[in-house]
Amino acid sequence: MSRNLVGFASASQNKPGKRVLPGFALSLGISLLFIGLILLLPLTGLIMQTSGMSLAEYWAVITDERVVSSYKVTLWAAAIASLFNGVVGLLLAWVLVRYEFWGKPLVDALMDLPFALPTAVAGITLAALFSEGGWYGQFLTALGIKVAFTPLGIVVAMSFTSLPFVVRTVQPVLEDLAPEDEEAAVSMGAGDWTVFRRILFPALWPALMSGVALSFTRSLGEFGAVIFIAGNMPYVSEITSLMIFVRLQEYDYAAASAIASVVLMASLVLLLAINLWQARYLRRLHGR
Amino acid sequence: MSISLEGVNKHFGQFQALKDISLDIPDGQLTGLLGPSGSGKTTLLRIIAGLESAEHGRILFHGKDVTRLHVRERRVGFVFQHYALFRHMTVAQNIAFGLEVLPRAQRPPAAEIRRQVADLLEMVQLGHLSSRYPAQLSGGQKQRIALARALAMKPEILLLDEPFGALDAKVRKDLRRWLRALHDELHFTSVFVTHDQEEALELSDRVVVMSAGKIEQVGGPQALYAEPESRFVFDFLGHVNVLGGSLEQQRLSQGDAWVQMPEGVDCAGEMQLYLRPHEVRLQNCPALHAHLPLRIESISLIGAEVRLELTPCGWDAQEPWEVGISHVEFNRWQPQRGDRCYAVPDVGHLFGIEQTRPRTLNWVED
Repeated sequence: MSRNLVGFASASQNKPGKRVLPGFALSLGISLLFIGLILLLPLTGLIMQTSGMSLAEYWAVITDERVVSSYKVTLWAAAIASLFNGVVGLLLAWVLVRYEFWGKPLVDALMDLPFALPTAVAGITLAALFSEGGWYGQFLTALGIKVAFTPLGIVVAMSFTSLPFVVRTVQPVLEDLAPEDEEAAVSMGAGDWTVFRRILFPALWPALMSGVALSFTRSLGEFGAVIFIAGNMPYVSEITSLMIFVRLQEYDYAAASAIASVVLMASLVLLLAINLWQARYLRRLHGR
Repeated sequence: MSISLEGVNKHFGQFQALKDISLDIPDGQLTGLLGPSGSGKTTLLRIIAGLESAEHGRILFHGKDVTRLHVRERRVGFVFQHYALFRHMTVAQNIAFGLEVLPRAQRPPAAEIRRQVADLLEMVQLGHLSSRYPAQLSGGQKQRIALARALAMKPEILLLDEPFGALDAKVRKDLRRWLRALHDELHFTSVFVTHDQEEALELSDRVVVMSAGKIEQVGGPQALYAEPESRFVFDFLGHVNVLGGSLEQQRLSQGDAWVQMPEGVDCAGEMQLYLRPHEVRLQNCPALHAHLPLRIESISLIGAEVRLELTPCGWDAQEPWEVGISHVEFNRWQPQRGDRCYAVPDVGHLFGIEQTRPRTLNWVED
C-alpha cells in the first residue's frame, strides 16, 4: 500500500506550490499584454502629449474660464443623468426580474439598444424628437419646457446612452436574491415598503452604486449623443468633450490632451473609490 | 395554540401537491411532518404559515379561521432550512428586526428591544456573537440565531422547515436535543418538516407521515413504528425485510425459503411477509417453523448493536435483509463475511397483494 502511494506521487510529479489549474502563466501573460497595448500605452501617450507643456501652461489650459464652465455643465448633467438612471434603471431591472408579461424578452433585448446604437444616431434622433416641432418637443414647449439646445438636453442624451449600465448591473443581483429573505421578513410582520427598504435595497445597494458610477463616468465622456442636442453655447451648454474636440480642431494636441487628462483622472478616482467601498461592503456580506 | 386543517388542497400547475388534507395539531405539542421529498410536507407547512395559499379548505388557529389572513397577520414564527438570515445585518440587528417593524403603538422602546435581544441571545447561548455578521457564523450558530429571531415575536406557533437539514450529523444531534429542551420549557405549538425518520421519531410528540400529497398515518412515534397501518409507513420508517411468496396450507414459500404460519392463519395466495430487523434472530441451523438461508454480505460494528447485511441463498428479495444482533452475541458467534446462516422470525406482518393493512403474526409462545 505504502509503496503504491510513493509510486503514485512520483509519477504525477506534483511539486508543492504548483497550481492545479493549468495555463495560469499564459493567460495572465496575454491579459497583461492586452491591457498594456490597448489601455496603458494610449494613456501613456496622452500623458506624453501634455509633457511638452510646463506646469503653468498646463494649469492655464485646464483652468481656462470656458473650460471650467464646461466642467461644471458636464458634472451637473452627468450627476443628474446618472441619479435619474439609478431610479429608472432599478425600476426596469425590478420589472424585468420580478414580473412575467407578454413581450418580456423583447423589452429585455431593448435594454441594450442604447449601447448598440451609434451615439451620433442617438443624438440626432433625440434632437429631432425634442426640438420645438418634434414629437415630444411640441408638448414640452406648450408646457414651457425647453429641452433641445439647453443643458436639459445634455441630461437627456447622457441618461439615454448610459441607462443599460444600471439595468445590467442590478438585474443579475436581483435575480440571485433568495425569496426566503423576503418571506422571513414578511413572516415577522414587515410591510412591503419595509421589506424593500430594509431587506432588498441593502442587498442591491452595491450593484446599484456601481451601476450609477459607471453611468456617471460614461456620461462624463459622452460626446456623439450630446453635441447634437446640447446647442453648444459657450459657458452654458458646452461639455468638456466638446472642448477637447475644439482644441483638436485648432491642432492644439497638447491642450486637448491636458483637458482629456482631467476627465480621465476624475473617472479613475471615482471608479477606484466605488470599487474600494464596494469591496468593504461585500467583505461584510461574505465574511472574509 | 392548536392548529386545524380542513380539506386543504394545493396544485402547482398540473401537479397536485396536497390532496384533501385534514389534520389536527394539538396545543403545545411538537409535531413532525415526515415524508420523502415531493410528498407535500413543506407545502403544508408553508400553507399553515400563510406563505402559500390553500385552494380549498380552511385553516384554523385555536378555532379561529385564518385561511384568508396574510402571513404578516398570522403571527407565526417560521424557521427556514437555509436560515434566511439578513446578511447585511449583525446578529443583534437580525433578532431585533421583528420587534423594530412592529407598528409604532406596539413597538417597545429601543432600550427594551436591546434587552429582549440580549435575553434571546442568552437563551440560544450565543451572547458573545451579537455584533457578528451571519457570514462569520457556523451553520449551527446560524440556525440558532434564526430560531432566536423567530422567537423574538413570542409566537404561539413555531414552524420549522427542515431545520437541521443543512447541518452535519454531530451538530444536528446537539441542536435536536436543544430544540426539544427549549420546547419543553416554552410550550409553544411547533411543527417541523423532516425527511429523516430518526429525527422525526426522536424529536416529536406526534408524527404525521405523508406521501404523494396525502397523510398516510398520524400517531406517536412508538405507535407508528410498532403498528404501521400501511406498506408505505412500514417501508419508510426503518428498514424492513421482505419475503414474498405464495401461501399454501399455512406455509409461505419461495424457492428454498419457507415460513410456517402460526395457528389460525387460514388465508392463501400471493403474500408478503414484512419483518423488522429486531423481529428476526439469526442461527446456524434452521428452526422448525422457518427455513430462510442467508449469506452475510457486510458487517457494521458502529452503534449500540452490530448490523448485518444479508443476501438470500436460493430465493429472491428486492432489497438485502438487515438484522441487528448485540455486541455480546456477535463476540460469542464471531460471524465472518460470506458465512451462511438462517433467519428465524419471532414476530411478522403479513400483507396480501391487494391489502394495505397487515396482519400481525406471532411465533413466540408466551
